[in-house]
Amino acid sequence: MGLYQYEIKDYPKTERITRLIENLYAKMPEIESARAKLITESYKATEDQPIIIRRARAFEHILKNLPIIIRKDELIVGSTTIAPRGCQTYPEFSYEWLEAEFDTVATRSADPFYISEETKKELKEADSYWKGKTTSELASSYMEPETILAIEHNMFTPGNYFYNGVGHVTVQYDKVLAIGFEGIREEARAELDRCDPGDGNYITKSRFLQAVMISCDAAITYAKRYALLAEQEAASCTDAIRKKELLQIAQNCERVPAKGAQTFYEACQSFWFVQQLLQIESSGHSISPGRFDQYMYPYYERDRKKGVLSGEFAQELIDCIWVKLNDLNKCRDCVSAEGFAGYSLFQNLIAGGQNKDGVDVTNDLSFMTIQASMHVQLPQPSFSVRVWNGTPHEFLIKAAELTRTGVGLPAYYNDEVIIPSLLNRGLSLEDAREYNIIGCVEPQKAGKTEGWHDAAFFNMCRPLELVFSQGNDKGVQVGPFTKPVEEMKEFEEFYDAYKTQMNYMIKLLVNADNAIDVAHADRCPLPFLSCMVDDCMKRGLSVQEGGAVYNFTGPQGFGIANMTDSLYAIKKLVFEEHKATLKEFKEVLALNYGRGLTDEMLQDMTTQIARKLQESGQNLGEKEVAAIMKATAEAAVMPEVREKGDRLLKMIAEVPKYGNDIAEVDSFARDVAYTYTRPLQEYRNPRGGSYQAGLYPVSANVPLGAQTGATPDGRLAGTPIADGVSPSAGKDVNGPTAAANSVARLDHFIASNGTLFNQKFHPSALSGRAGLEKFVALIRSYFDQKGSHMQFNVVSRETLLDAQKNPEKYRHLVVRVAGYSALFTTLSRSLQDDIINRTQQGLDN
Amino acid sequence: MESYFQTKGRIFDIQRYSIHDGDGIRTIVFLKGCVLRCRWCCNPESQEYGIQTMMVQGQPKIIGKDITVAEVMEVVEKDRPYYYRSGGGMTLSGGESLCQPEFARDLLRASKESGINTALESMGCADYTVIESILPYLDQYLLDIKHMNPAKHKEFTGKSNELMLENAAKIASSGQTRLSIRIPVIPTFNDTEAEIEAIAVFARKLGAVERIHLLPYHRLGQDKYEGLGREYLMKDILPPGQEQMHKLLQVAESVSGLHCQIGG
Repeated sequence: MGLYQYEIKDYPKTERITRLIENLYAKMPEIESARAKLITESYKATEDQPIIIRRARAFEHILKNLPIIIRKDELIVGSTTIAPRGCQTYPEFSYEWLEAEFDTVATRSADPFYISEETKKELKEADSYWKGKTTSELASSYMEPETILAIEHNMFTPGNYFYNGVGHVTVQYDKVLAIGFEGIREEARAELDRCDPGDGNYITKSRFLQAVMISCDAAITYAKRYALLAEQEAASCTDAIRKKELLQIAQNCERVPAKGAQTFYEACQSFWFVQQLLQIESSGHSISPGRFDQYMYPYYERDRKKGVLSGEFAQELIDCIWVKLNDLNKCRDCVSAEGFAGYSLFQNLIAGGQNKDGVDVTNDLSFMTIQASMHVQLPQPSFSVRVWNGTPHEFLIKAAELTRTGVGLPAYYNDEVIIPSLLNRGLSLEDAREYNIIGCVEPQKAGKTEGWHDAAFFNMCRPLELVFSQGNDKGVQVGPFTKPVEEMKEFEEFYDAYKTQMNYMIKLLVNADNAIDVAHADRCPLPFLSCMVDDCMKRGLSVQEGGAVYNFTGPQGFGIANMTDSLYAIKKLVFEEHKATLKEFKEVLALNYGRGLTDEMLQDMTTQIARKLQESGQNLGEKEVAAIMKATAEAAVMPEVREKGDRLLKMIAEVPKYGNDIAEVDSFARDVAYTYTRPLQEYRNPRGGSYQAGLYPVSANVPLGAQTGATPDGRLAGTPIADGVSPSAGKDVNGPTAAANSVARLDHFIASNGTLFNQKFHPSALSGRAGLEKFVALIRSYFDQKGSHMQFNVVSRETLLDAQKNPEKYRHLVVRVAGYSALFTTLSRSLQDDIINRTQQGLDN
Repeated sequence: MESYFQTKGRIFDIQRYSIHDGDGIRTIVFLKGCVLRCRWCCNPESQEYGIQTMMVQGQPKIIGKDITVAEVMEVVEKDRPYYYRSGGGMTLSGGESLCQPEFARDLLRASKESGINTALESMGCADYTVIESILPYLDQYLLDIKHMNPAKHKEFTGKSNELMLENAAKIASSGQTRLSIRIPVIPTFNDTEAEIEAIAVFARKLGAVERIHLLPYHRLGQDKYEGLGREYLMKDILPPGQEQMHKLLQVAESVSGLHCQIGG
């Protein structure tokens, strides 16, 4: 039995929400220059001051002067840009990439942004100040040369925090709702009063607390600008209803976030300012609202009991917030944009779960948050639900209804794994029980953690390539010089060489992350964010300097499925069945199984051949190099090369694969995952915390797969790497329960920065109440077996229709046909039509 | 291990995560061999008891495998967590499972005695003593009734229906298992209101029926005929439309007074 009574009401979506969404998506997002100009002005004026004060002054200067706007029909106000879904720039972290992309950013395939000539000019002018002053430049100078080399060779990618703010945090929204920024300012003042100028840490602590006070005042000032604007607009508004709304907005912004919220509406507005302003202070994404249904509940409950708030209006306000979460945007460099495709800010908001005492606290708002995601059908918030043995069944059914809409939400998280895994990382039981998710899948305790959750992508396939090349990549020695594979007699020797390459790259990854970490502490401490994270004020340190109670660094490894299948294939074919040799694998992999070289491979091979010829004294002109390239390309697809490739591919296809519920293979996968998760957790970060692994790729498995050569699991060069801890696409042939059983055999507890398991379903699997029941049972069963996370892609009828029209986009789309699964695009037209019609009927065979 | 775990039989597939045949999430074991030759059969590879080669997406595939009860149970056991959460279990299908009476009985027994719920999809086309022998181990009988007219039944399936209807009555009155009636709705064969009505009346009279399922004809087995080198006789028959199915559903409901549904 949970703590709260709740009612399950499907409140309707209002027309306002439809209009807000239409306005928001009316045109392509735009880059604006206001913030860049303002921060540069402020920095120029504060060069003689401590960095923490400079940050606060810059925040203040921005919030006093950033243009503001109340969008048509809005009930919750606060927009970072004048253009809907626009973005500001953050030159203090990096700026060169954007200048380099000025002419292509509007036309690139992933997440394009419009930018005007005027804006380009203004940004260039602002940027000219920042040469040598950014966090990214400082981070580079903190890195060892071999680390920089490893990054250049795509062994891992710490680009996220290298180029941007960190974000990835959940602050104490509850505190702001309760006492407002005046209250927090007062806490800072009281803490400052307790300090003595003679204290050893007085210098840093006093300046930090002063920075907090400046930041709190800045936030209050910003809200009051909105109050004034709303009042002005009300004065000239001729529509009586809108006039009243504007006056209410004015009243709200006058009160919050300065003071504690008195009503649910004020709480919504106060929440929004916190959410928005955190993303003005820094460019970090994954600023996650966390347990919205919990900290908003007291305000909701009070108003409902008083009879001053209708369920319908509460729902509309929540829906308005959902729309606003999509108004925030961020422009990333073109490579990162592919890795985080979809303009996503990963503002993870989670419903359901337990309180600190271990009691279920699902409430009305938990259901209404699901309803809001159904209403808006937008990517933000990244909506999640917590599942534990005490989760009310109806709550999961409601969540499954959202899954059924095909929007890809919610993600489901298992308390029964996550709570113990956090305890293992040193959280108290009470804190662990109150976890929420950051960004994609990363658990932590709100308001106490600087988790650095998305610290880098670590491609587990690259070290295996280095085993075959003895640490050499593109003619450069980037990894340890391990034994030639031709001389290896036992599988253990091969596996050990892989571990040697892994361990070396993991160490360099730590070096890279720690360098970036220190650069952020040095150049971009964030006083506003830090005043909402314990124990920053008591310690007198920003979160970047180690002010948080819990400190982690969580870089994510991916490629578990590919490495399991690869290493297992080698173990079986080379060392147990003696059907192939490592020499053969080495040759065939270098030539991409005879399937033609990727442009990158061809370039590398040509360069290497040319270099060798030059070293032997030959003179090569452009013409000669072109001839080498042509000959290489032709040689790589000669019939005998292809035959060799076919021979290996055929044998590899017959080796059992991860994802099919085969205990031996899956146990091997568990061990392969340990090659990343175990060494990593031995390292420490500069904030005094430890490293913890995640096993998920966001969407980077596609672009980073493009930089990865052929692998011994039969994967061709340049093709995507498997997604998260999921089996390689098309390799799991025994259905969803078998795949889930396999994935559950990994150790999800040690991967405490999160694992990601994606499943795809035909909508018929969720049709009717019975379908929802079975779907929920599937999640429950995976969680019984200690899986940590699950999310679903439900293929809709529209998708199938589109697949008929554009088969090239849907080569991997699997549908269920009379007792077997088949690639949709290979079926005859009439069969496809039948399947589409059955999808509509919600039937399956 | 009990000796019945060593009983051998012939199957052509085991399909996990089946959610449209019986309660909860189920594993379906498809037994090879059938007494009928329904023209619309979506599993033509189930009909012959002999092991066959079928072309599947351009590749030859051996259809049929001899296997012990213990080996089947090893696969069935893998999804026990899902049965537990969903109220699912094992379903025998075919073909007609009753063509392999000992194997079918021992599979059901092994499952039942391991605490796994059992269901059987069958036409009931066997000597009643065979059915009697399996009933103690069967939680749910999904009984196919295709047509009430013996002549038409014979024309479209190769066999008349008397034995099956007789068995249906005996199963219903045994009280040993839950009983559902499944009607494949096949245009040109039984898709008129009168024909469905006749089956629904019969179901009502059986007494112990829990529900009636109307399963709309589909052509998804079409490619398999080609794969077996056989001609598909129903090529030109279109699946019944949604509207028609709903009309038939109403007829079945009003006549039988039972819970009726479209699909498994």
